[in-house]
Amino acid sequence: MRILVCVKRVPAPGARINITADGQAVDTAFLGFTMSPHEECAVEEAVQLVEQHGGEATVLTLGPAEADEQLRYAASLGVAKAVLLPIDGPDWDPQLTAQAIGAAITDIEATDGAFDLILFGNESADSGGFQVGIRVAHALGRPVVNGIKGIDVDGGSLRARREADAGVEVYEVSMPAVLGVKEGINLPRYPTLKGRLASKKVAVAQVVPQGEPGGQRMITLLPAAEQVSATVILGNGPEAAGAVVDMLEEIGVLK
Amino acid sequence: MILVVVEHDRGTMSPATWEALAAARAVGEVHALTIGEAADGLVDQIGAYGATTVHQVHHDVLTDYGPEAWGEVVAQATRALSPDIVLATGTDRGNEVMAHAAAILDLPMVANVVEFDGENLVRVRWGGSLLERCRLDAPVRLLTVAHHAFAAEEAPVSAHAESLAVDLDPMLARTVVRERVERKAGVTLSTAPVVVSGGRGVGSAEGFAPLLELAAELGGVVGCSRAVTNLGWRNHTDQVGQTGTRIAPDIYIACGISGAIQHWVGAMASKKILAINTDAEANMVTKADYAVIGDLHQVVPAITAEVRRRRSTSSPRT
Repeated sequence: MRILVCVKRVPAPGARINITADGQAVDTAFLGFTMSPHEECAVEEAVQLVEQHGGEATVLTLGPAEADEQLRYAASLGVAKAVLLPIDGPDWDPQLTAQAIGAAITDIEATDGAFDLILFGNESADSGGFQVGIRVAHALGRPVVNGIKGIDVDGGSLRARREADAGVEVYEVSMPAVLGVKEGINLPRYPTLKGRLASKKVAVAQVVPQGEPGGQRMITLLPAAEQVSATVILGNGPEAAGAVVDMLEEIGVLK
Repeated sequence: MILVVVEHDRGTMSPATWEALAAARAVGEVHALTIGEAADGLVDQIGAYGATTVHQVHHDVLTDYGPEAWGEVVAQATRALSPDIVLATGTDRGNEVMAHAAAILDLPMVANVVEFDGENLVRVRWGGSLLERCRLDAPVRLLTVAHHAFAAEEAPVSAHAESLAVDLDPMLARTVVRERVERKAGVTLSTAPVVVSGGRGVGSAEGFAPLLELAAELGGVVGCSRAVTNLGWRNHTDQVGQTGTRIAPDIYIACGISGAIQHWVGAMASKKILAINTDAEANMVTKADYAVIGDLHQVVPAITAEVRRRRSTSSPRT
């Protein structure tokens, strides 16, 4: 199987997210970076599918030069090839991002052959546009289902499971196909020392991204309304149990 | 006119749709779009939330949910009805269907808006811990509304149904639900009135036993943080957070959870939060309604014992 995983470099926030003075970005002065959680699972899924069915996985990102770090992280887990679509400055809008990724995939496939499966995360952790993977699938004319938490490949098709309010929905899709996966589809592995060393040697191909800006433009980031609550301390240690149960009775939880 | 895409599962309307209808009503005249014959019975329910016209679409490929087929229907309805705004639910299905429609129409789509009356919109980022003011330049505005951002209040009108003809390629059936595994009855993480959740502070998979006991005693379920899932102590289906389940119980009891943003946004809709933590400065403690400062391994069993003690001393229940 030839599998492509598309990821995004995002800040790894801890207890709070601060905005820069100009309101244009998250203040990352004291933050590390990671890939979106759903995408970590997409990478793991690609590596597992290659382990089961043979073939090769490739990772692709559109982002700053520093996104090389996320590509090599994916390589350290077993992804063989990496592609960077470098951009300067602020995030590209979803339409522009999808155009550039779709065009890059078309180029790669023209020389290396088609990908059987292209994986995206269900949505990015930061901007959460819920659309780039679907737009890319439409550009490539391939079937796409989002929210996937289980993939079974059988010959030229796959069964994909997704959780819904009523239970689990199963889709059967012929490849080549595109899927948006969600965290929980697997438990991502940690890189081994051998993997880390190997990832340093992976050649990262660069493709200059191109496209026309879409119709959505960010003006400014705003802090969400802080939930202000003066915390009532019910006590210290096990002696607080009485006060806790009083409170549970008061709010009607204990019947 | 604002066209609201009705999210339903084989004829059962999602509560998020009530919110979308109520949000639309505040901005202009509301029409609704129902996809598939199974939704034909929803006209009165839709009217209860203020939509005057329900456009019903019927087709062989619409017998069950399919993202591509639904997206194509929304795209065709947008062309046929020329609404100013098309609004869908900010849920898995709503966001997915709208993204398909946007790709087909080659239009921008703004996901999870919390304000959309006017040129500048406000949308949710980072699962709700940050907002973004953005400008949308498009002949038709394709939007989804963030879940829980608008109150689902009724404003009954008498809605009438109209049939809307669509032309669908049978190929669209390629991504229709093939099979379903129904969920067993009972409380789930997203519907439980009480959630007792554990973080890294629980220390081990076995350490969850007292949390399970307290949850059972209170008629609730156990949840956990992302750190716990990553350590393999609990299954991801128990994870509360941005990439797990978003919960809204009567009370959320967070044990040994520091309260990182990723976790907080999944728990913040809880009516009351009790944090149990050794660190009085932990984010979860400072944001909670109530807190107990102490070791969860001692505090949680003490609460369970106290609940049992009061039950055994109160008059026997029938």
